[in-house]
Amino acid sequence: MDDQTPMDDVILDVRDLSMHFPVRAGMFGKTHSAVRAVDNVSFQVRRGETFGIVGESGSGKTTLGRCIMRILGPTGGEIGYASEGAGMVDLAAVEDAQMRDLWREIRMIFQDPQSSLNPRLPVIELVGQVLRKAEGLKGAALADRVADLLKSVGLRPEILHRYPAAFSGGQRQRIGIARALATKPQLVIADEAVSALDVSIQAQTLNLLQDLQEEFGLTYVFIAHDLAVVEHICDRVAVMFLGEIVELADTETLFAAPRHPYTRALLSAVPVPDPRQRSDRRLRAAAPAEVTDTATACKFAARCPHARDLCRRQRPQKRTVGGAEVLCHFAGEI
Amino acid sequence: MTQPTPIPTEPAPLLRIAGLKTHFFTDDGVVKAVDGVDLTVEPGKTLCVLGESGCGKSIMARSILRIVDRPGRIVGGSITYRAADGRSVDLAAMSPTSAAIRQIRGSDIAMIFQEPMTSLGPIQKIGKQIVETILLHRRMSKAEAKETAIEMLNRVGIPRPRERFEAYPFELSGGMRQRAMIAMALCCQPRLLIADEPTTALDVTTQAQILDLIADLKEEFGMAVMLITHDLGVVAEVAEDVAVMYLGKVVEKGDVYSIFEEPKHPYTRALLESVPRLGVRHAGRLPAIEGMVPHPLVRPTGCPFRTRCRAFMPGICDVHQPELQRQGRTDVACFLHNPVPAHG
Repeated sequence: MDDQTPMDDVILDVRDLSMHFPVRAGMFGKTHSAVRAVDNVSFQVRRGETFGIVGESGSGKTTLGRCIMRILGPTGGEIGYASEGAGMVDLAAVEDAQMRDLWREIRMIFQDPQSSLNPRLPVIELVGQVLRKAEGLKGAALADRVADLLKSVGLRPEILHRYPAAFSGGQRQRIGIARALATKPQLVIADEAVSALDVSIQAQTLNLLQDLQEEFGLTYVFIAHDLAVVEHICDRVAVMFLGEIVELADTETLFAAPRHPYTRALLSAVPVPDPRQRSDRRLRAAAPAEVTDTATACKFAARCPHARDLCRRQRPQKRTVGGAEVLCHFAGEI
Repeated sequence: MTQPTPIPTEPAPLLRIAGLKTHFFTDDGVVKAVDGVDLTVEPGKTLCVLGESGCGKSIMARSILRIVDRPGRIVGGSITYRAADGRSVDLAAMSPTSAAIRQIRGSDIAMIFQEPMTSLGPIQKIGKQIVETILLHRRMSKAEAKETAIEMLNRVGIPRPRERFEAYPFELSGGMRQRAMIAMALCCQPRLLIADEPTTALDVTTQAQILDLIADLKEEFGMAVMLITHDLGVVAEVAEDVAVMYLGKVVEKGDVYSIFEEPKHPYTRALLESVPRLGVRHAGRLPAIEGMVPHPLVRPTGCPFRTRCRAFMPGICDVHQPELQRQGRTDVACFLHNPVPAHG
């Protein structure tokens, strides 16, 4: 509907990406089926934006992030990445050695600052290790750079030689962010980066992420389950359900006029912090669906209040409705 | 004012906590996790205790059931529970291992946790665990207990309860385990259910189902609920009364409408402002609370919130401790609203 995005604006171009995990059983570990954690997913991320991926546990959002980072090798599709140094590369196909170089440009922030920071390393190592390897920095030069990074995330440089145990969850997450920023990345994958934080710390951290984005021109892929946070920070949002993107739109469109029944169910389940707006909660009391064979049906059909015969017979194709890409046979009608 | 002011009929509270102090005596010093908490739970109503990690809300809840781990112990205050026969007992004065408190635990007051495996044993079938709880507190034959357990599993929305009766906890999904734990907590029809972050680890759609379930069961059995959470959305959805905790104290309490519409304490206000809300896009930054919760061993003098407070008044807030006082529609502990003690 709107303008065709020029290619040089796209930093990440994911096409038909799949990550299937084989399910083995029996004595000889024969593969008898596959879990389609990510199933034919396509989207583009534009330089400088915050691209949100939301979904519940099991939706495949974390697996998707890990495929982009090549922590996992996808089983199908392409991940085009516009590298600063090397031009357009397919992250799904690059050699490990090249990927190690690319890990300077593409960094990750994890959910749990408790377990993602090695408790035996002081801050200077946690943040600076990558600089030691990538740029050969050491001694005072390294300490200076790490101190600068700490300042940019709002931590005092005096903490260089302290260990993770000395910090609160919010401070640890700032250390994790400083580590992600150490190599001046282009693209940052934030997987549930603020989910484990308290409300007041969460707001500080979201503000920090926005400030850093402005300062360093970062592009974020922001993976989260909290829809209010996603609405606050993201420019565009993809909603995942059982490995597929069921809806993709700019944030305003998605939250003002959700088209996919799953997006609607998800939005209606979020408790609103206003006691006068207690939702009509019986709407969403649908029992959790048992996962069935969905090779020939819409994956959401079993839980969908609008499911018709067609939905159980045929997989829907992506359709564009009112500025949103929707994976639903009846996207425009319901 | 569209809401008529409720007529004060003064029903006796089911639970009244007064001046409760639970301290931890560690090698590094005394951590005053709960330091003078006052609150009440009315029969049949839901009280939400709202606070961030480290505010003492879980320790307060565990103090009620006397399941605080060492080196923690109640060092002051009272927890008055009004039993079904009308008599009042002080739970804070009981021995944590006494028969009296064990009778109350599970049968009068039950507790559920964020992590279901806190109360479910890992190596015993779900059904057997529920049956044992029933036999402990209710006069029933084994066969009756089994039927009651299956009925309860069904009641909490577990599909095929007769099959799941034979399941081990690890065979169930997170949401189903949460339901199984609720079934076990409710099988003796407690008069008070304490729920400590029961939905924090769950997806929003599962959370919605669990909250609905607790609301339904509350109505059906007429039980009171104390729900501990950090999620303002959950509070707005289920609470009748709210108590906001900060650093071991209740800083504000009132009915849910007053707390959300006329919050008086700067902390309550800041909390309400700092959450992103669906459909309300802040242009740019969120109004965040500066700084962080002080280290438990280094409590500020005077008001516990003063180190982060935008309205901090030197010479007052760092000298005197504010007490909870009725101001307008809520009880608040803050010198912006309460008179400052005359002498120093």
